[in-house]
Amino acid sequence: MSSRASASTLQCLVEQLKLEAGVERIKIPQAAAELQQYCMQNACKDALLVGVPAGSNPLQEPRSCALL
Amino acid sequence: MATEALHENETLASLKSEAENLKGKLEEERAKLHDVELHQVAERVEALGQFVMKTRRTLKGHGNKVLCMDWCKDKRRIVSSSQDGKVIVWDSFTTNKEHAVTMPCTWVMACAYAPSGCAIACGGLDNKCSVYPLTFDKNENMAAKKKSVAMHTNYLSACSFTNSDMQGCDKKAMVWDMRSGQCVQAFETHESDINSVRYYPSGDAFASGSDDATCRLYDLRADREVAIYSKESIIFGASSVDFSLSGRLLFAGYNDYTINVWDVLKGSRVSILFGHENRVSTLRVSPDGTAFCSGSWDHTLRVWA
Repeated sequence: MSSRASASTLQCLVEQLKLEAGVERIKIPQAAAELQQYCMQNACKDALLVGVPAGSNPLQEPRSCALL
Repeated sequence: MATEALHENETLASLKSEAENLKGKLEEERAKLHDVELHQVAERVEALGQFVMKTRRTLKGHGNKVLCMDWCKDKRRIVSSSQDGKVIVWDSFTTNKEHAVTMPCTWVMACAYAPSGCAIACGGLDNKCSVYPLTFDKNENMAAKKKSVAMHTNYLSACSFTNSDMQGCDKKAMVWDMRSGQCVQAFETHESDINSVRYYPSGDAFASGSDDATCRLYDLRADREVAIYSKESIIFGASSVDFSLSGRLLFAGYNDYTINVWDVLKGSRVSILFGHENRVSTLRVSPDGTAFCSGSWDHTLRVWA
């Protein structure tokens, strides 16, 4: 009984590994270049990277306290 | 009978060896394409300058560890959940609490803001995911309007309004096809449990944070780990990670109370942020990328910019 269960588990594992082995892959230099390109293209929009003009980020403004 | 048992054993043995062969072949295929690392390709990219990021707001109000947080699409509101059983919606600009719901259980481990901004979802040890419509009418009892949307067999550890197609499962990170329900890629290079996974903004890669004190970047099209973010001096696990808008920066919260900011392309650390007085448990960059928020076991949330 138990051997039949582990046989079917192994069967599933084999199928899954076949699926993963069949995945189409690209070379790292190409993949890395594309990741880099995305970074460069969007860098100017990235406020945490390049900063924002003073006064345009409400979080960076000093908060005023009203003395009542 | 004896011949049947023999046949079964043979099938088992042949399946086992087929599995081993396939695993070996997979490693070989991946290794063939691995002739260079991301930081080598990015050598000519300009290094990043000094970063000045400070806590701009501290959100105090939870009575116990903050376990999860999410930003609203309006880039201003934040929902957070805590071990004290409360889910609070904050205005990050003013630090005012706009809504507070007490869950029937403690350890609210997951919370998310609806894209519409009109509801929040949360869950935890109650094994349920509940959705609360947000109302500003003081006479309405938010808890009365709650809707349970899912029953799980165990505690809810994460929930999201957009389909999250990734799962950190022990040391493995698996990528699922939501339509077929199948796992299409699996990565097992971390040496310990993975605590957090996040897609790279372009969708072609993802980062993971693990108890092995490293964060790693996996490219989905190369089907490989392409970068490791680690330092000998960092020995505590990374609990949560998120990318800046362009994907150039990776923010990671650690169990040693710090947040490390990594240059994704060069693999180096550009900044270390102190402030929390206990483990950082959750971290998310705001929808417009102008700030990020971290939640901690020190009961507070901090908004950094």
